Amino acid sequence: MRHDHITSAKQLSRDDVEAVLDRAGEIAADQEAYADRHDGSLLGLLFFEPSTRTKMSFSAAIKRLGGGVVDMGPVDSSSVKKGESLADTVRVVEGYADALVLRHPSEGAAKMASQFVDVPLINAGDGAGQHPTQTLLDLYTIRESAGLDGISIGIMGDLKYGRTVHSMAHALTNFDVSQHFISPESLKLPRNVRYDLHQEGASVKEHTDIESILPSLDVLYVTRIQRERFPDESEYRKVAGEYRIDAAMLESARDDLTVMHPLPRVDEIADDVDETSHAHYFQQAHNGVPVRMALLDMLLGGDR
Amino acid sequence: MTDQQLRVSKIRNGTVIDHIPSGQALNVLAILGIDGTGGDVVSIGMNVPSERLGRKDVVKVEDRELSQSELDVLSLVAPDATINIIREYDVTEKHRVDRPERVTGVLRCPNRNCITTEGEPVDSEFEVLDDGIRCVYCDTIIRDDIASHILV
Ligand SMILES: [Zn+2]
Repeated sequence: MRHDHITSAKQLSRDDVEAVLDRAGEIAADQEAYADRHDGSLLGLLFFEPSTRTKMSFSAAIKRLGGGVVDMGPVDSSSVKKGESLADTVRVVEGYADALVLRHPSEGAAKMASQFVDVPLINAGDGAGQHPTQTLLDLYTIRESAGLDGISIGIMGDLKYGRTVHSMAHALTNFDVSQHFISPESLKLPRNVRYDLHQEGASVKEHTDIESILPSLDVLYVTRIQRERFPDESEYRKVAGEYRIDAAMLESARDDLTVMHPLPRVDEIADDVDETSHAHYFQQAHNGVPVRMALLDMLLGGDR
Repeated sequence: MTDQQLRVSKIRNGTVIDHIPSGQALNVLAILGIDGTGGDVVSIGMNVPSERLGRKDVVKVEDRELSQSELDVLSLVAPDATINIIREYDVTEKHRVDRPERVTGVLRCPNRNCITTEGEPVDSEFEVLDDGIRCVYCDTIIRDDIASHILV
């Protein structure tokens, strides 16, 4: 893989994805073998939005490779609060670390920041834009449970603002996958993602309800519909209620349906699904560590 | 050029941008960053009768030869524009505008959550698509009324 920065899932070819997933598989099979691989390497964590989970997953990944982290800490205690530009912040912090991980509320933040640094920069979420490492761990999970070719995948929930959805949709165009997008009218895929899927000639269908399509799916990827996307509470409750799944509903699904969720969930997947063989979301979250280890290993020069 | 097109007096040296769609002359000047403060002598003809376009706008900028890359940006609002470089009252070069691959620093991204709108030290940058333009930072696509996004 020849990328200095990972800012968008769009930049990843099928070969790139497979190289990362293969390496992640090797790591998962024998984590010990990688324990000293990047002894002394430091990963700079710049989280301009709270995200305990993604941050912990990156920290675990670099530490399991023998490295450590330098963490900017919360925004309200940093120079950013004093009005420093993102371009300045990353130029300072690149001097402290061998690679950077950036989470930022503005779309395009990672792409812009990457133009100012020489060390590899990884996008850990930019506004409603992209979240490519989440996508890699999602693809790893799908490959393990259903395979990545010849499958139908349903992606449900907030497709308009959900960056994990945007990254995933782009990455899936590399594979033989039928994509079904299930959402309320007001939260459909944004024009730019639709445009790319069309350009790639991807097989894409949009639905407003889950029932009719559920029986034909191999994978159902559920995302949270957020309260703040709706003008009032009752409208939110009405819509959110239509896009939640429970064990009873999954009776109509295939026995081997894989249910995924980037977590944290609120109530869009009922607790009774956890006990079924469909539930893959905790394994999915755990896969974040070997997949991020693989990506870091490759970006930090594991091939040399 | 025919006499009919020469409503605005001849210039000695400079650039004449002809066949601008009616009503786009001021947008053409805005895209070129010409607002009069640079001291350029600028003449504008609006709604001039034209055989090809019915009505058209014409812009003449004296003592300045605009480069092809400056002018290609015009294709976004004036795809049929023709450019005449004038030296000593003669048209010495004549060309059309081409659609550029990228447009940098001329337009503002309409996505208020785009990093390029937040005071960072980068110019806006758009990729030119067949039927619109697209922010290379946040991926937002603009299809209609591109002129309304010109940075002023
Ligand atoms: Zn933008």
